[in-house]
Amino acid sequence: MTRKSPKFLTAFCVALFLFMYGPLFILMLYSFNVSEYGVDWQGFTLQWYKEILANANVQNALKASLLVAIPCVVISTLIGTLTAFAIYRNQFLGRGLLQGILYIPLLMPDLVMGVTLLLLFTSIGLSLGIMTILFAHIAFSIPLATLVIIGRMARIDRRLEEAAMDLGADELTTMWKVTLPLLMPGILASALLVFPWSFNDFVITYFVSGVGSSTLPLRVYSMIRVGVSPTVNALGTLIVIVPLVIVIIGILLEKRRV
Amino acid sequence: MSTLRERALGYFRGHPAARTWTLLSPTVLWLFLFTLIPIALTIYYSFLTRGAWGVTIHEFSFDSYRELADPLFLEIFLRTLKLSVLTVVICLAGGYALAYWIAMYGGKHKNLLLFLVILPFWTSPLVRVYSWMIILSDHGLVNSFLSGVEMIDRPLPLLHTETTVLMGLVYAYIPFMILPLYASLDRLDRSLLEAASDLGATATERFLKITVPMTKGGMLAGSILVFAPTIGEFIIPELLGGSKAMMIGKFIEMKFLGLRHWPLGSAYSLLLLTIVLALLYVYMRAGGGKAAFQEGR
Repeated sequence: MTRKSPKFLTAFCVALFLFMYGPLFILMLYSFNVSEYGVDWQGFTLQWYKEILANANVQNALKASLLVAIPCVVISTLIGTLTAFAIYRNQFLGRGLLQGILYIPLLMPDLVMGVTLLLLFTSIGLSLGIMTILFAHIAFSIPLATLVIIGRMARIDRRLEEAAMDLGADELTTMWKVTLPLLMPGILASALLVFPWSFNDFVITYFVSGVGSSTLPLRVYSMIRVGVSPTVNALGTLIVIVPLVIVIIGILLEKRRV
Repeated sequence: MSTLRERALGYFRGHPAARTWTLLSPTVLWLFLFTLIPIALTIYYSFLTRGAWGVTIHEFSFDSYRELADPLFLEIFLRTLKLSVLTVVICLAGGYALAYWIAMYGGKHKNLLLFLVILPFWTSPLVRVYSWMIILSDHGLVNSFLSGVEMIDRPLPLLHTETTVLMGLVYAYIPFMILPLYASLDRLDRSLLEAASDLGATATERFLKITVPMTKGGMLAGSILVFAPTIGEFIIPELLGGSKAMMIGKFIEMKFLGLRHWPLGSAYSLLLLTIVLALLYVYMRAGGGKAAFQEGR
């Protein structure tokens, strides 16, 4: 199959990529525009970035977002790894059912998850805040982490583990010294997926956050509802770029390690 | 004297089921507490009624389910279904073309192109939708350009239409379609195509009789992954649609948070959940779930 792509297909696909990325480039461009109102280009400025970075509400929202996203990544990746071990290697009663239930948080619309969790938290009298946001985020991150890590497990050569056992290592040592290092790219990939999903989640957080705590997406939402403005453009650009840079650095580090 | 570690390992060797469930216990606990019990609670709440000032009265009633026949709700529900199905169809057509292009003609750029498809998963959906507001709002790019060249004297209402919402939905969810399609196209055994070619099949015949049937799994997975979030979407209709193109997600949010009508909000949410779970069931029955979990061949 070394034929050349038909021209119309290439043109269509390039157009599709433009559709997927064009608006984000426009957002970034206008975050540097001097004009506060409208879209006339009146020159380059970093003023909006200075304003948004000095904004105390935004700083607090960033803190809240990190306070949720970082523990969420650690806990759900850990639990996801254990789950992947158990599900992938063993046949047991209830395995199919467990797989089905694991899919539910992934597939259920965010809004429905928000509604059900809000009912839970208010019913048991847990006050809404960082804690409830974290519980909710871990709930949708565990299945995500599990699926990514299982995908990696499929590529591990079992004979390496058998060799370790034949040479006298017990199960724990084999897991620690052989399986886990081989699994590391999957664990890293899951962390790199869970982090932005938690960091960017809006809908579920919106339901379970209560009045006191506002993560960055909630802050952005309240600013967007007022309308288009260059400060939102600047904040939006940062929110898109910073997690991406972290992810890309993660991928590059991983590539160098291998 | 055996150490604790040896004794524990010895126990787990003799009881593989205990080992499995020990590993699974955190997940099982979490799924129970934060997925299954909340759903059960929602079912419970859907059978209650709302009293004055948004207080929920804990008395059994079918009131919420009677509201499912409300004409306003039906109108919004049907619009939501229509928009979700259209989103799936457009994503499937566009996504198939792109996935096919990357899989068949990507060459040495395959990984980069794939990376470009995955990248939106890492970016804020809220900001992605907002970026369309810069383009389409009354004082946005398109309207300023058109009034600049004096083609219009009043801004065109580009936001607040169903078409804009549909475009926003396709924009937001097309990566969910492309990835499973790409995975199934990449796995496609090329020798089948060569054999068909040797036997005289034309390019169109090869595509329709081999490529399409062999990638049905990817199409099904992608369609479900797009349909499920679309049907519950509420940011996109809120920001791009306004009141004219309301979808059920926004309606539920209004009932639930705005009016604090929890029984009704619960019933509507359960309707969405039932639809999504039915699709999940169809997918698992079609063998879709197996591929992800099965021990490698």
